[in-house]
Amino acid sequence: MIEVDVVVNGRRRRDWVEPRLLLSDFLRHGLGLTGTHVGCEHGVCGACTVALDGVAVRSCLLFAAQVDGHELLTVEGLAADGALTPLQEAFREEHALQCGFCTPGMLITAGDLLARGRPTREQVEDALSGQICRCTGYEPIVRAILKAADA
Amino acid sequence: MKPAAFEYRRAQSVDEALALLREHGDDAKVLAGGQSLVPLLNMRLARPAVLVDVNAVPGLDRIEANGAVRIGTLVRQRALETSPVTAARLPLVAEALPYVGHLVTRNRGTVGGSIAHADAAAELPLCLAVLEGAVVVEGPGGRRDLPAGDFFVTHFTTRLAPDELVVETVWPSHGAGWGFAFEELAQRRGDYAISMAAAAVRVDDGRVAEARVGIGSVVDRPTLLSVELAGEELTPAVARDAAASALETLDPSGSVHASPAYQRHVTRALVERALLRAWERTR
Repeated sequence: MIEVDVVVNGRRRRDWVEPRLLLSDFLRHGLGLTGTHVGCEHGVCGACTVALDGVAVRSCLLFAAQVDGHELLTVEGLAADGALTPLQEAFREEHALQCGFCTPGMLITAGDLLARGRPTREQVEDALSGQICRCTGYEPIVRAILKAADA
Repeated sequence: MKPAAFEYRRAQSVDEALALLREHGDDAKVLAGGQSLVPLLNMRLARPAVLVDVNAVPGLDRIEANGAVRIGTLVRQRALETSPVTAARLPLVAEALPYVGHLVTRNRGTVGGSIAHADAAAELPLCLAVLEGAVVVEGPGGRRDLPAGDFFVTHFTTRLAPDELVVETVWPSHGAGWGFAFEELAQRRGDYAISMAAAAVRVDDGRVAEARVGIGSVVDRPTLLSVELAGEELTPAVARDAAASALETLDPSGSVHASPAYQRHVTRALVERALLRAWERTR
């Protein structure tokens, strides 16, 4: 077992984990943060995307042991004080979600993109190529992200 | 979709990583970005007994641009994509990187990891081969440079010994007169390519002085094609003929998404386009 000492959504968490425990499973089963969704578990669908030290990563392609000493942001950390972020607000206004399965990964990925400056439409579409949505047809999500960029 | 059990070792230095590799030999795998390795572990297509995590090894995440561009093995693909060095010195790589996986996998995936993994459908190995770069490895015998042309052997197989570590890749400078282009076709952005082509063309006095073109995702490793273009003006007709004759002896493997005949057709078109665009960019 390996000791993990990590800050998740601003809160320090410590636990002992098996080396093979995926970060996605650690978040969901170890910490009860089920907002991070698990789809394909091989990096294709993007549902499990979280931010590691401010950078969007696939939590199904990392082991919990690897985040020792680091900082994580999951979807639960976005509206921590109860008020939606401008990005979440834009998702709501633009109907950028239906079933919501992909939404946590979409929000974290879009957050990463927006942190690097105002993206072009093409850059948004390129970023979303790694995030699978089966409800919306993507167009409302692209609109929401561009709207949040202007907010 | 959960990996089999393994022992996790976090190396703090190259020497410590090499000692672990020496100790465990074929039973160990190096974990860098993990964007190719961890899917294989999750699907249990790979079951190493020991994972040697090199992410904490200092000094392997630098990009140096004195002469040739030297890229530390742990440089994330996204860091290379956004580095001003790439835009200024490695236009072929700058054009190819957005095709590497997705934004989120590039955030974590490393340059050295992609080279060492040697997926025949990976963009960076093809670029390194076309730019005639080299792979710097460290092992029990010290440090050695392996030319990209020799490094890639076949699917997921390189000249890297089990007790060696890729520490750096070297991307030679190409001066004035060179033009580059990268072309890829996949079913969706970020999917495994049906085919890809990368071209480097040098022009002297309005005619081709040197031309290199390589293809990926078509056969078992990134492969340079034989093109005879020296002394030519690279017109669309010349590019078309060069692409057709370069592919004559090629035997595309085909895939579930593309028959060998379709793959050959696509590859010919991509080679032609890459040559033409590289030529246009020499001006």
